[in-house]
Amino acid sequence: MGKLSKKGKAYLAVVFIILYAPIFYLIFYSFNSGGTMSSFEGFTLEHYGAVFSDTRLIIILMNTVIVALLSSLIATAIGVLGAIGIVFLRNRKMRSAVLSLNNILIVSPDVIIGASFLILFTMIGVKLGFASVLISHIAFSIPIVVIMVLPKLQEMSDSLIDAAADLGASKRDILTRVIIPFIKPGIFAGFFLALTYSLDDFAVTFFVTGNGFSTLSVEIYSMARAGITLTINALSALIFIVTLGLVIGYYSFSQRASRNTPGTGGL
Amino acid sequence: MTRGLNLTGLKAMRNNSSRPFYLIPYYLWIALFVIAPIALIVYYSFFDISGNLTFDNYKNFFSSVYLRLTLSSFWYAFLITVFTLIVAYPTAYWLTKTKHKQLWLLLIIIPSWINLLLKTYAFIGIFGLYGPANRFLKAIGIGEQQILFTDFSFIFVSVYIFIPFMILPIFNSLDKMNPALIDASRDLGASSWVTFRRVIFPLAINGVKSGIQAVFIPALSLFVITRLIAGNKVITLGTAIEQQFLVTQNWGMGSTIAVFLILFMIIIMMLTGQRDKGGMANGKIK
Repeated sequence: MGKLSKKGKAYLAVVFIILYAPIFYLIFYSFNSGGTMSSFEGFTLEHYGAVFSDTRLIIILMNTVIVALLSSLIATAIGVLGAIGIVFLRNRKMRSAVLSLNNILIVSPDVIIGASFLILFTMIGVKLGFASVLISHIAFSIPIVVIMVLPKLQEMSDSLIDAAADLGASKRDILTRVIIPFIKPGIFAGFFLALTYSLDDFAVTFFVTGNGFSTLSVEIYSMARAGITLTINALSALIFIVTLGLVIGYYSFSQRASRNTPGTGGL
Repeated sequence: MTRGLNLTGLKAMRNNSSRPFYLIPYYLWIALFVIAPIALIVYYSFFDISGNLTFDNYKNFFSSVYLRLTLSSFWYAFLITVFTLIVAYPTAYWLTKTKHKQLWLLLIIIPSWINLLLKTYAFIGIFGLYGPANRFLKAIGIGEQQILFTDFSFIFVSVYIFIPFMILPIFNSLDKMNPALIDASRDLGASSWVTFRRVIFPLAINGVKSGIQAVFIPALSLFVITRLIAGNKVITLGTAIEQQFLVTQNWGMGSTIAVFLILFMIIIMMLTGQRDKGGMANGKIK
């Protein structure tokens, strides 16, 4: 392959600048003692202080984290079992049918997920609030976990399970001591991805959250609709750091997931 | 593969699948949160705002208001996809030639993980009346312009948001390509443009297709950007659904639009579909 030309380098540089400029613009003005995003008057940390002294905001932040952790834990449990079930489905047609159903929520636009869940919750009588938000987040995270775990399961050789069974392992032992350890990197990658999806979600939550309950994205949306508040800037700087941490965590797990390909796996 | 005598373990697991009690939560999820919601959307599309069974919503959808809305939503989504592709293709192409390409790719993807709302909010400041964009226009002598709440700002912000989603699949398919093919093409006397047009582009077309799929469908359905940047104008199908469900409270009409959005989505996926597994393993799509 040819090397990167000067023109190519310049082009990439411009794209990188455009991609990052708005993010750093936000973070830069989070330190502005003037109240606007247009003229920088002086350095201050007061907007960060405002974030941490606002109890309402702290509660919302905690809601968001609790929903994210709980939903991704539960989704991981259901998704891992589901993925194992899909792999061991005997009927090929059935397997691809289940897989297609699995992927529907991944490709569906958020508005449709949100709107249809809103109808669902209203119909079966789930009160809009913490429960509906948590259930929705579990629901849209499950297929993500399945997708992350499936390749690891497919990579696993049948003979591993055969060997365990020959050596007298029960079904339970096979699951907990053979399969789960083998697919662990996939499980962690799935969990991380579910976590970031949950933390990031706005549209679905916006539909199914009632009046009393709010997550960070919904709160930011209503703040942003009211206009510019540098509290949002301070929040975005904090979120940027957390996101960066999560991305690095996710990538280190998924790298490990693809690197640890033992000799037994594959063909 | 060792499929000889030791079928016991496999059988043990396979037998499990005939009584898959551990699958109950998963199947319950499919029934309740995949099948039921779609069924409910279709069901609700046949009711009007006061709960009477009717086809009026469908009749309304084919009235000029909604047809114009659908057309404009498609037009915007088309423009957004085209501009995203124009920016993303060269980026993906040159990214494959960098030294530490996986690292650079990661750097391209990171902004896509930052919350959509925050990125959109940044542009409220950038495009604001006293923001940097206007200061730049003033400096080069054009003078202050109303940038926010225009079609330009809506398309610009959308393109900005979708660029990583377009780069990723194109990068993956360009990266998978055998470099010997390009060398062969050059050896046989093709210019670099001909090589690109006749070898590289056709071979990497699947990446372009998944990129288009990853941009076009969300571009039809996004409502955050339209609400914050395009100033409350209802110009996408997504905004219309949000409006019907949360503002007007006309779930029947909202469901009808949603039914059509689902249909459009299926058609787009069939048009851009491909046999091999799509490259959406990492990076966030939606």
